[in-house]
Amino acid sequence: MKTTIATLRRGQRALIKEITSDNIPLKLLEMGCLPGNEVKLVRTAPFECPMYLVVNGSHLAIRKEIAAQIEVQII
Amino acid sequence: MAKQIKVSLIGNPNTGKTSVFNLLTGLNQRVGNYPGITVEKKEGVCKLNNGTKAHILDLPGTYSLNASSLDENVVIEVLLNKKNKYFPDVAVVVTDVENLKRNLLLFTQIKDLEIPTILVINMADRMSRKGISLDIPTLEKELDTKIALISARKEQGIEQLKKCIEQYATLSQAPCLDPLSFEPDYFSRLQKAFPNQSLYKLWLVITQDVNFRKVNKQEITIDPDFKIKTESELKRLQQKETIKRYQFINAVLKKGFTIDKSTATGFSAQLDEILTHKVFGYIIFFMILLLIFQAIYGWTSYPMDLIDEGFAWLSETAKANLPSGPFVDLITDGIIPGLGGVVIFIPQIAFLFLLISILEESGYMSRVVFLMDRLMRKFGLSGKSVVPLISGTACAIPAVMATRNIENWKERLITILVVPFTTCAARLPVYLIIISLVIPDEKIGWVFGYQSLTLMFLYLLGFITAVGSAWLLNKILKIKSKSYFVVEMPGYKVPLFKNVAINVIEKTKAFVFDAGKIILAISIVLWVLASFGPNDKFNKAEETVTQQYNDLSEEELENKIASHKLEYSFIGYAGKAIEPIVAPLGYDWKIGIGIISSFAAREVFVGTLATIYSVGSDDEGTIKNKMASEVNLVTGGPLFNLASGLSLLLFYAFAMQCMSTLAIVKRETNGWKWPTIQLVSMSALAYVAALIIYQILK
Repeated sequence: MKTTIATLRRGQRALIKEITSDNIPLKLLEMGCLPGNEVKLVRTAPFECPMYLVVNGSHLAIRKEIAAQIEVQII
Repeated sequence: MAKQIKVSLIGNPNTGKTSVFNLLTGLNQRVGNYPGITVEKKEGVCKLNNGTKAHILDLPGTYSLNASSLDENVVIEVLLNKKNKYFPDVAVVVTDVENLKRNLLLFTQIKDLEIPTILVINMADRMSRKGISLDIPTLEKELDTKIALISARKEQGIEQLKKCIEQYATLSQAPCLDPLSFEPDYFSRLQKAFPNQSLYKLWLVITQDVNFRKVNKQEITIDPDFKIKTESELKRLQQKETIKRYQFINAVLKKGFTIDKSTATGFSAQLDEILTHKVFGYIIFFMILLLIFQAIYGWTSYPMDLIDEGFAWLSETAKANLPSGPFVDLITDGIIPGLGGVVIFIPQIAFLFLLISILEESGYMSRVVFLMDRLMRKFGLSGKSVVPLISGTACAIPAVMATRNIENWKERLITILVVPFTTCAARLPVYLIIISLVIPDEKIGWVFGYQSLTLMFLYLLGFITAVGSAWLLNKILKIKSKSYFVVEMPGYKVPLFKNVAINVIEKTKAFVFDAGKIILAISIVLWVLASFGPNDKFNKAEETVTQQYNDLSEEELENKIASHKLEYSFIGYAGKAIEPIVAPLGYDWKIGIGIISSFAAREVFVGTLATIYSVGSDDEGTIKNKMASEVNLVTGGPLFNLASGLSLLLFYAFAMQCMSTLAIVKRETNGWKWPTIQLVSMSALAYVAALIIYQILK
């Protein structure tokens, strides 16, 4: 199974490996969700959606199905 | 005449852009709309030290120039087209020192448009707490512009900003990045084709063309060869652009920005532990909701009573002191009560806006969106639908406008369609008078009265119907839209009083004038229809009644004449014409008129009944007595009994009776299709529900 933001555990940090899908909103990229940047899963709402992240210094929440399309490498 | 400078204020959401605007302009500002669209336009004037006036335009908050919403598109329209009325002499980009890296993305884009651009770094007061230090001269050199380091909260640094604006002509207009570096292949081809144009502007026109297809192209026309065919190709290029921009920003910040994490404190993180907790988070949210309802329906009753009495007094005084005649009647019976019908909602609306803007300013609203998204999605809504649904309990108009930040069109449309089911303030007077007529004033056990339980049930009914129909619409509507959902979770901040106050004043003013115009017009039309009749039965009412009843006191006689006149007035005939339609619901022609006029605005109902039952003032006590003594001519029993009362309550709970809401839905959905569907289906539901309950209970 691929490691994505959706598979991170609470408090875990990772580096974004690749963003290929067309389904990723541009706004997310603009907020710094880009390859090479660090992402941390702060917490999730019940049933793991949405997910509260810190990326590139930005605090933001995204839904799990988008998180599942962002491949990461745990550090 | 002193020279004037046109300034555009630009920035990401949550950077304190509005605080900077308020500080520069004070109360010297105007809110309106951009021509043809409903995007809010805020303008203000700021007097600079050398006597020049700066005209400041507060553009909608945006994360970048790659606009995805109507609000954001305005920014591009203004900045791209030199012939635009608002095209600035100088752009001021407001950033938050804590999110400088992300905020600079927009700055580099604006700078690349070759407009003089001042960088404002706001929230300087938080720097020491976050362990941030800045090397301003280096940053100024790297970014090739002037920087104003300010704290809008502490009102520091504004003078420096004013000085920068004053001297805008000395600013460099050189761009930060060369678009050739994004993707040499595509952009060099573009440059060869249009050697005289700014490459970045060309690129923006192309991106807007894919997304909006309607940007003003007077200045630049694009050869079809360079049109980007697919959205994914566009996105690929935009991703490259974003990466290049961040590379540039990182290089700049490496030289002029240091953060010492060891001295940083995480106040927001600790608050989030509680406020977004899986259990406590929800408990706190529901406590806040309870508080909001208590505030709107408990605490506002005093000012509302005062307003009510004030208008009744005004009407009486005018009657007593002005010579009688049709024109004075129009003022005392039409316009004054009509205005009172609008003004009475000001306390509730203002209180709701006050609480919502405190919650928004503090950063808590984003947490609500986070907590509620999963639950709301089950019904085809978004976490971002929560704010509109709460606002809807005051008024559907601001609620529909609050749906704008829902990115997903289907979720946004569903929210717009179901919001009018929530129990708005205008339904309350109708509910109150009918409940007091037909529900016994008795208690179950110690605490709960039947009347208050009925009212609570009606609120629940509104909410459940909204959510239930959202679920149904989600199943029916075949709109393909991607699950775009990105919410910024800004750091918690104590709301600034000035921002909250200005927001409340502006929103309330907009409501009063928008709704006021319609209510005023309707009350005048109603008055005319009720004051004139088509034939002699109306004109000779006084003679007929006086002959019929000669043993009545003067006051009783006057009431009789008034109701006789009403019966044979234009509106009386209209009421008689629709009686067959409303009779199965348990209503007579008078209630029919009340309902018809309520399609303009629900709150008209009580006022209409007041006119119809020939009671001079809007005082509920007397209307109530009149209504209680009305007899149903078919059954012989009282007209308002449990069956007809519940039927009326359900009708008002479901029916789409608000022209202003329909007008705003038309604007927000770009056409008459959705408001028509809304009007027809909600009213059909109302009719059927009222019919069923009356036929069962009668």
